Amino acid sequence: MAKVVAVTGNEAVANALRQVNPDVCGIYPITPQTDMMQRYASYIANGQVTTEPILVESEHSSMSACIGAAAAGGRVVTATSSQGLALMWEMLHIASGDRLPIIMPVVNRALSAPLNIHGDHSDAMGARDTGWIQIWSENAQESYDNTIQAFRVGEHMDIRLPVMVCLDGFIISHSIERMEYLEDKEVRNFVGEYKNFLPLLDLEKPKSYGPLILTDLYHEYKRAQHEVMTKVKDVVLDVAKDFEKLSGRTYGLFETYRLDDADIALVILNSAAGTSKDVIDDFRNKGIKAGLLKPRLFRPFPYEEVAEALKNTKAVCVMDRADSFGGYGPLFMEITSALYHLKDRPALINKIYGLGGRDYMPSHAALVLNELHEIAKGGKIRIIKEYLGVRE
Amino acid sequence: MKPKGWKDLPPGSVVLEGGSAVRFKTGSWRAFRPIWHEENCIQCLLCWLYCPDMSILVKDGKRGEFDYDYCKGCGICALECPGKKGKKAIEMVEEGK
Repeated sequence: MAKVVAVTGNEAVANALRQVNPDVCGIYPITPQTDMMQRYASYIANGQVTTEPILVESEHSSMSACIGAAAAGGRVVTATSSQGLALMWEMLHIASGDRLPIIMPVVNRALSAPLNIHGDHSDAMGARDTGWIQIWSENAQESYDNTIQAFRVGEHMDIRLPVMVCLDGFIISHSIERMEYLEDKEVRNFVGEYKNFLPLLDLEKPKSYGPLILTDLYHEYKRAQHEVMTKVKDVVLDVAKDFEKLSGRTYGLFETYRLDDADIALVILNSAAGTSKDVIDDFRNKGIKAGLLKPRLFRPFPYEEVAEALKNTKAVCVMDRADSFGGYGPLFMEITSALYHLKDRPALINKIYGLGGRDYMPSHAALVLNELHEIAKGGKIRIIKEYLGVRE
Repeated sequence: MKPKGWKDLPPGSVVLEGGSAVRFKTGSWRAFRPIWHEENCIQCLLCWLYCPDMSILVKDGKRGEFDYDYCKGCGICALECPGKKGKKAIEMVEEGK
């Protein structure tokens, strides 16, 4: 029986971790994630979980401790945000290169300088190429559901890769929403007992992690790492199917909203997708065929499926809550790559919005949809990349 | 032996056996070569203790020759060697001379 609760995103994810009860948790505070690990530390102190906490002196150490614990053969979690994720940078590559299925909620926050604690996607986008699976979440419910599913995806014997579960800082992490919890037993059965794979703590079979591999084999190791990523999509879909049986909630590689017959569409990640859906309803009511695509699995990116979903649109705006200075937004680059191979492809524009937690309002979505409507009617693209809601 | 392709590799950069470093002979890194003068050796085994590798071969509690397959010529053994009557039992000689 599902339990209906009113909780913050941080609390929802902390509770998902409690229900899984992993072996080891690397703990270091950083806004806006702090509250999640603080709650988890309380579960440990109250004896609600048997997790071994490792209280570290930095995120670099946290990820290092997690790597050691995962290589030893444990089910391992940690969580971070922003500068913390940035400080983990070199260790992130080691976790994925060693194929260690560490599960890490990332509460998305802007990067310094200037210092800012609010929600944007610069942190996780910066970790795009670290070899981690990335699953993005719109609200507290999705953050909770994705966290539970992440264990099954990352720990799958064909995958064995670390997973980031991304949710928007403050907008989701600190806002109270209505959502549904699964029963502890249901979650434990769903994720199952942790299965070891090449554990270091196996004295019968000594082994070494992370040896020196130079020009003779490094290229081959990286090719093999890419191959694993190509198998992730199917596993994500299989796990989602099982999860639907348990929860009644449907997940895919991405979510589409009124997209099937849409002429114009927004592609947008996480919490801002919710705001956009309301505005898309308004446009539909006005007789304008608007739709939306919200990526869920960002790494590996489902290029073919996204292209298939967008191929009948006339104009698309890709909305980025992160920037690549001197380049297009990171999500825009993925979508243009996905669509390039189509014979007939929609016109594409890129808006950078909501940096450093700047509010994304319904009026912003309306502005973009109106622009797309004009382009779809045969108007010219005025500018490819533009900043939305920025003061002149 | 055919070099390994990417499909032949174990998952992750994991070496699936212990002691495999023995197959990687590192003696060629050496620029200085330790020479053992047995007549000055008091068999204190400090060289064996200090060697950061395992390049002092010991048999029945007594040191013998260097294992030049792995000795990188760091010279720690020569530095630590107390020798006999002021004469060192280990001397570092430039390789190639």
